[in-house]
Amino acid sequence: MALRQCAIYGKGGIGKSTTTQNLVSALAELGNKVMIVGCDPKADSTRLILHAKAQTTIMSLAAEAGSVEDLELEDVLKVGYGGIKCVESGGPEPGVGCAGRGVITAINFLEEEGAYDDELDFVFYDVLGDVVCGGFAMPIRENKAQEIYIVCSGEMMAMYAANNIAKGIVKYANSGSVRLAGLICNSRETAREDELISALAAKIGTTMIHFVPRDNVVQRAEIRRMTVIEYEPKAKQADEYRQLAMKIRDNKNFIIPTPITMDELEELMMEFGIIDQEDESIIGITAAAEATA
Amino acid sequence: MAALTKEETEALIQEVLEVYPEQARKDRAKHLAINDQSLEKSNKCITSNRKSQPGVMTIRGCAYAGSKGVVWGPIKDMIHISHGPVGCGQYSRAGRRNYYVGTTGVNTFGTMNFTSDFTEKDIVFGGDKKLAKIMNEIEELFPLNKGISIQSECPIGLIGDDIEAVAKKANKEIGKPVVPVRCEGFRGVSQSLGHHIANDAIRDWVLENRDGDESFPTTPYDVAVIGDYNIGGDAWASRTLLEEMGLRVVAQWSGDGTIAEIEKTPKVKLNLIHCYRSMNYIARHMEEKYKIPWIEYNFFGPTKIAESLRKIAALFDETIQAGAEKVIAKYQAEYDAVIAKYKPRLQGKRVMLYIGGLRPRHVIGAYEDLGMEVVGTGYEFGHNDDYDRTIKEMGNATLIYDDVTGYEFEEFVKRVQPDLIGSGIKEKYIFQKMGIPFRQMHSWDYSGPYHGYDGFAIFARDMDMTLNNPCWKQVKAPWKTEESSKVTVAAGA
Repeated sequence: MALRQCAIYGKGGIGKSTTTQNLVSALAELGNKVMIVGCDPKADSTRLILHAKAQTTIMSLAAEAGSVEDLELEDVLKVGYGGIKCVESGGPEPGVGCAGRGVITAINFLEEEGAYDDELDFVFYDVLGDVVCGGFAMPIRENKAQEIYIVCSGEMMAMYAANNIAKGIVKYANSGSVRLAGLICNSRETAREDELISALAAKIGTTMIHFVPRDNVVQRAEIRRMTVIEYEPKAKQADEYRQLAMKIRDNKNFIIPTPITMDELEELMMEFGIIDQEDESIIGITAAAEATA
Repeated sequence: MAALTKEETEALIQEVLEVYPEQARKDRAKHLAINDQSLEKSNKCITSNRKSQPGVMTIRGCAYAGSKGVVWGPIKDMIHISHGPVGCGQYSRAGRRNYYVGTTGVNTFGTMNFTSDFTEKDIVFGGDKKLAKIMNEIEELFPLNKGISIQSECPIGLIGDDIEAVAKKANKEIGKPVVPVRCEGFRGVSQSLGHHIANDAIRDWVLENRDGDESFPTTPYDVAVIGDYNIGGDAWASRTLLEEMGLRVVAQWSGDGTIAEIEKTPKVKLNLIHCYRSMNYIARHMEEKYKIPWIEYNFFGPTKIAESLRKIAALFDETIQAGAEKVIAKYQAEYDAVIAKYKPRLQGKRVMLYIGGLRPRHVIGAYEDLGMEVVGTGYEFGHNDDYDRTIKEMGNATLIYDDVTGYEFEEFVKRVQPDLIGSGIKEKYIFQKMGIPFRQMHSWDYSGPYHGYDGFAIFARDMDMTLNNPCWKQVKAPWKTEESSKVTVAAGA
């Protein structure tokens, strides 16, 4: 089977890293050879696989050694649960330097050092919340990830973010082979969440590939720095991740997205009662002004 | 070859423009003009200080070049850090020939390259800590430095390093001026914005340092020389004349200059501006804030020198005015002899120029003193106030070209057939291979000074030895007759 490269995007805090690691564990359980590339300066994309606080990153090792050319692949690549290979690009603390350049440097290093070997079935890029600059689009450029999954929920801002990411994908899809492969709904238990995300997915031109329900076992596993698959393989939630893994394994629905306008998105949310009908008479009126009126 | 008429020049410009695609042609047309002395304002005929067209081989530099290379670099007792990857500092190191007096590496640092040598990890993690460390090392290794400037290369502006905070902290720690300069190369359309940014950095971080400190004894004859970079010793040849007429030169900006001189400049009575383009900003600021008047002068060639000395003297009392006349008289025999020797060898020769800040107009008088004519001129990074000042210096129907492209310059030269071209190192070998005598007019072709009466003698000698060098008679293949070579040029045009 040819190597499939997938990137996971989504609003910050939506559960990208947790979902990715559980999904990847399930894929490994199914017998796939998988690598995770963490593309976030926080470096928390592999902790559940490695049982580590945070993996030592490519960029921090490069800074120690002097330059990235001084590193060997085995310095940065760790193997964890299910034979899953783990690397973290790393980057600066918030507010300094250029995190985007860190992602570019790290991915170039992995390519040059032959990290993408023939044995691998899947590579998953776990990318920081927003595609704020070219660096965070690195995983979806030519010859990198060709499938993109967006993690979202029925909350308003998560849907805004999903639509915005779809806009970003269009740019790269038109010039290359990257495609949107589906929305993963990581449930926040909002009303009619699965219907809403399915409707959003349909509008963007894709599908909701799986609805991952909310379950406290995820947190219990996380406290132990483990995935649900490893911590409690018999749990119902583990089966959810297995289903997600199988759907992704069998997925053939790769499309160029058709992101919708702000108005369309708001209409959709109104339809599902997420936001109220806009009342133009209250815009720009302070509480004090309202009281006197 | 006879001078081109207005119609011929117009036709030449049209012919050269023809090869461009429509959009580029429209843009370039605005930058090429036929001189008309009757115009009051150059904006009637030329557009300048605009972005270059992609693909045209512009000769321009960048904002870093304008700040580090031109304005700050010559301040000899400061250390100027080229902050970013190594190339910007290393490939521009010592190239501008700003002469200075001092022991390099001990109390002066002009020809050295200090750089933070950025690599990937500095881009990713930011360079502020490294910068602070470099400044500590500088203090340890070069304790006689009088201050540090931080010259930003492109990445500094991209990754958002806070060099101002680092500079303030270092300033407190070492007790010397530490000046952050935001001259990232991508800013602006040429080195010109770099000059402006550098001027603003001096205004914001240096100029007020001695406000309220009256310990420096002043005289009514204190002046500052602004915009002389002492290339090949230019500022020294200029300073002599000013001192001989009775003025006291308190500061040289910035050739062979020191940070102390810069700080004392707000105490002078008059600012004398040679390179208007690169330092008019600070002169205007001092006029506004310290009420110091400023005038432009021109020390190329005896006619302009005498004019300038008298113009400067007119702003002082009779002693200085008498001093100016004395200076002019003192050197007269000398420069008359220079003219007597070289004018017969250079009379009637035609020159095309393409240079930087002030020279496209300032050297015209020096050529005219030798009986030569400038038939085409242009600025790499001039603004319209430069062209305003150029119209009157150039003859009618001569060519004016702004930010000239490699192609345009070559085509103009093929048609105008000048006897001498004055431009930069990138142009030199192209025109020499075309068989046309060439002088570098940025670096004085490793000669100089060209300012002042001393400089004029060297200028005249250099033009003669270049133009009348017997080698030019040997550049045509012996089997090619005069007639056949003309046909080749016409076909190529």
